[in-house]
Amino acid sequence: MMALPLIIIIAALVVYPAIYSLHLATLNKSMERFVGFGNFEFLFKRETFWMVVKQSCIFAVTAVVFKALIGFFVAHFVHAIPDKGQRKWRGMLLVPWVIPPAMSTLAWFWLFDPSYSAFNWLFALLGIPSVPWLGDPYWARFSVILVNVWYGAPFFMIMYLAALKSVPEQLYEAASIDGANWWQRLWYVTLPMMRNIISITVLFSLIVTFANFDIVRVLTAGGPIDQTHVFATWAFKLGIEGGDIPLGATVSLFMVPLLGVAAIFILRDITKRGNEA
Amino acid sequence: MAAAIAETRGGPSRPVSYGSISRSRKRALVWSYVFLVLFAIFFLTPPIYMFITSLKTSQEISAATNPWWVFNPTLANYTELLTSNQYLTFFKNSAIISIVVVTITMLVSIPAAFALARMKFWGSTTLATGVFLTYLIPETLLFIPLFKIFAFVYEYTGIQLINNWWVLLVIYPTLTVPFCTWIMIGYFASIPKELDEAAVIDGATYFQTLTKIFIPVALPGIIAAMIFAFTVSWAQFLYPLAFTTSTDQLVLPVGIITTLIKGDVFNWGQIMTGALLGAAPPLIIYAFLMDYYIAGLTAGATKG
Repeated sequence: MMALPLIIIIAALVVYPAIYSLHLATLNKSMERFVGFGNFEFLFKRETFWMVVKQSCIFAVTAVVFKALIGFFVAHFVHAIPDKGQRKWRGMLLVPWVIPPAMSTLAWFWLFDPSYSAFNWLFALLGIPSVPWLGDPYWARFSVILVNVWYGAPFFMIMYLAALKSVPEQLYEAASIDGANWWQRLWYVTLPMMRNIISITVLFSLIVTFANFDIVRVLTAGGPIDQTHVFATWAFKLGIEGGDIPLGATVSLFMVPLLGVAAIFILRDITKRGNEA
Repeated sequence: MAAAIAETRGGPSRPVSYGSISRSRKRALVWSYVFLVLFAIFFLTPPIYMFITSLKTSQEISAATNPWWVFNPTLANYTELLTSNQYLTFFKNSAIISIVVVTITMLVSIPAAFALARMKFWGSTTLATGVFLTYLIPETLLFIPLFKIFAFVYEYTGIQLINNWWVLLVIYPTLTVPFCTWIMIGYFASIPKELDEAAVIDGATYFQTLTKIFIPVALPGIIAAMIFAFTVSWAQFLYPLAFTTSTDQLVLPVGIITTLIKGDVFNWGQIMTGALLGAAPPLIIYAFLMDYYIAGLTAGATKG
């Protein structure tokens, strides 16, 4: 059985902890007493929890929409230029995706710095009032989303570019002969051909963006006043830093429903593909 | 406009429409370049700014001058970091972890992918899908139960798993193995059956078929998987942040953030230099092996 090590690793370090976290979520803070749904009840009564729910959803949905749009357009532009230069552009545009996010977020943190912010310096040059990037809740939310879009858009670009290249050229020729304009070609030829890739990339990205940790943690650590926390960073703060492991486990469990829904869709897509092959 | 009308009236409209197609092509091309330049500026600003800052002295950073230009370039930040034991320890930890994780991942997922792609046994398709689904379980869900499990292990066996960098060697494969197995199943499945059937007829064992046929033929896929495993373990931030604390056990991303930031004093020149040097290995790998990396990304769908 050559797949045995794989099964052992997955069972011991993924499946078991996942189930174990369900058990953890039902214990009290010192982990001696079974409290049933006590942790859940406690969370539901807290305002911060609902704020985190809201912020996680806003963060994930907005970031994924922008990543998908930017990725789509950049892929189109790269696809439109002559083949010779494509490699160079692709390389340049893929850089954000390759740098470890914890490190690139540090660069953003420095660009946003309140007293020496390089962005605000440019703004001052143009006569725009300076922006409290990470100090104001709304701007802080904007900033974490901006950094996430910056980091994730190249991934969409590369997936869409691969999809664009797989669309047969004859389809476009046929469409031009039928008199289709640029918009019609995009809508009736490109998009239907790319539909599978688009949907699976969006689903994937939704999962990882929803479960994002690095960017929020480095950029704002959840602040100001917990306004930018997502599930992962809040669970870290409560569970590891705050020492309340059961409560942290409970918070991170709230990511499961979304993961489940996404997994069902992806699974359907895979089995469909399997049947076609 | 009058000319255009005259021309359409005068004869077949073909030359006119040809002209407009090539003109609109050219215009589309120009716009493509314009937007690509804009996006390149957006995408490259942070790394370039990292580089600009890394060449500055702290005096220049705190002076109210143009932050986008270096007036007195200096390599002091680089020499200081590259001679500091602490930073070199982080670098060494990161390097050892990433290389060992890549090795473990390959040792586990190549045979597994081989088995799942070729031997049809009970539950093999379910297992393949299951492998893929575990890839979707984020580490942000698992770090708390793992933390607790490590504490249990200490209680019962006396093996201290928390605050040792080598414990990361045990956890990282959970991030890399499922995806690497998944893309290699795809690569292995695309190898024609005749190849390994011929080998079996010639008396090759399963192991020989794997090493003599599958690994050489699927090498691009394997390289893609190795790059993926390396970049994932190099960039991982959550696990080391949760499981290691003392400075000699930290890996690069966590090390830079926790040790170079002292209280409220941000030594930005060094932080940016550290981050840039930390980003260098994946950037160098990708500069040379970009095509493999992209092939790997698009072979399966990846994290985004």
